[in-house]
Amino acid sequence: MSDSARPSRIGVLAVQGAVREHVNAIREIGADAVEVRLPRDLVDLDALILPGGESTAMRKLIDAYGLREPIAALGRAGAPMLGTCAGMILLAERNADGEDPVFGMLDIEVRRNAYGRQLDSFEADLEVPVLGHEPLHGVFIRAPVVTHVGPRTEVLARDPDGQPVAVRTGSVLATAFHPELTGDRRMHRLLAQMISEGVERTA
Amino acid sequence: MTTIERSTWATKVGLARMLAGGVIMDVVTADQAKIAEEAGAVAVMALERVPFDIRRDGGVARMSDPKLIEEIKNATTIPVMAKCRIGHFAEAQILQSLEVDYIDESEVLTPADEEHHIDKHEFSVPFVCGCRDLGEALRRIGEGAAMIRTKGEAGTGDIVEAVRHMRAVQKGIRELTNMRTDELFAAAKELRAPYDIVKQTAELGELPVPNFSAGGVATPADASLMRQLGAQAVFVGSGIFKSADPERYARAIVKAATHFDNPEILVEVSTGLGEPMRGISSTEIPVEERLATRGW
Repeated sequence: MSDSARPSRIGVLAVQGAVREHVNAIREIGADAVEVRLPRDLVDLDALILPGGESTAMRKLIDAYGLREPIAALGRAGAPMLGTCAGMILLAERNADGEDPVFGMLDIEVRRNAYGRQLDSFEADLEVPVLGHEPLHGVFIRAPVVTHVGPRTEVLARDPDGQPVAVRTGSVLATAFHPELTGDRRMHRLLAQMISEGVERTA
Repeated sequence: MTTIERSTWATKVGLARMLAGGVIMDVVTADQAKIAEEAGAVAVMALERVPFDIRRDGGVARMSDPKLIEEIKNATTIPVMAKCRIGHFAEAQILQSLEVDYIDESEVLTPADEEHHIDKHEFSVPFVCGCRDLGEALRRIGEGAAMIRTKGEAGTGDIVEAVRHMRAVQKGIRELTNMRTDELFAAAKELRAPYDIVKQTAELGELPVPNFSAGGVATPADASLMRQLGAQAVFVGSGIFKSADPERYARAIVKAATHFDNPEILVEVSTGLGEPMRGISSTEIPVEERLATRGW
């Protein structure tokens, strides 16, 4: 998929939301960033980030321009994915509010805005053992709650109340918080590392 | 034990960052809020009257009835914003107690204080404020605004004021980025804005909070224009629900905000849309009646 000579190409779904912050994070870790608005933008991507934003608006724009199937196909082909906040909702297989899943690649159930309205948005330090000893600072904004974790999913981090807030099913990674809003790039590096691990597996 | 900190500056500005690339729509009923959400709005502004009607009706324009705001909150899952009068911190306290997601301290309503804006740092809920130039933007950020919207002339459907003010803000930022540090002190004095925020803006090459466009946006092409001039998102007031076909206009403007630099898609969404809002040329409005001039 990718030869080791060139930097990884990581796409950011750019129909709406915190796109710029992810693009900056991707560049900081030495990868190439590609904004994805149309199916043609998905060509030659090694990984894809689904950013925070409003999942209802993103869902409309994904379907209006035929992005649903090609993004799902990219995921089935093994390209690592990272969904943050609304991105987690788009990746989830099940939605506790009864809405249809969009990409259905992450073996969890989520509930939108379940931490509450904006006044309940918060920051907290999180233990994320897979990223090392140093806690990761999490910014949660009208965040979704993971209401059920399926058997194919590992929990990478929990909030201070014990709710899962970072999860992974195979090559699909998601956080209820916004790693792109802090200067800490470990979550983006983990995504990049999953690209090279995938290449080794298929080599 | 890990601690949780609520309503921090990062969460206030963060919500604004999540709205980037989107369209925030004025709605006056729960049904309109549902139409807006269904069309792909990223947030709604709950109002009793859109600016076009405020302008037509005259009189004092105030915060909306909490009952209306509650109905709109219950009708939608996207963020709900509401307006208070400039300087009217009691209205803002009521809106915070209603748990709206953003408060717009807005010149569209009749100002309550002709000298002081609200001390927005005192509130847990984030604020958006309007500006006509860089100094006004930076003063509002100094008072605690977590989002700026460059003012157009609300309720006119005429984009000219929005363009004028967006260009003024962007030009002001470009000038700051070329200054030596000692010149920034003089610039802060001239802009009548806090030095640390002036310096931060010069270093970033952009405002330290997201800058959206509000007022005068009536068509998909208007949304594209403002995005290309530097607006990260657009507010659309009268432009949607005063058009001939609000659902179609709403969907078209949402697509135009995303695909703002793709002329083929702009052709597609602009074709056969029907009558836009009728509009009033802002040059026909005497300067003293222009809403954008309110705020200090």
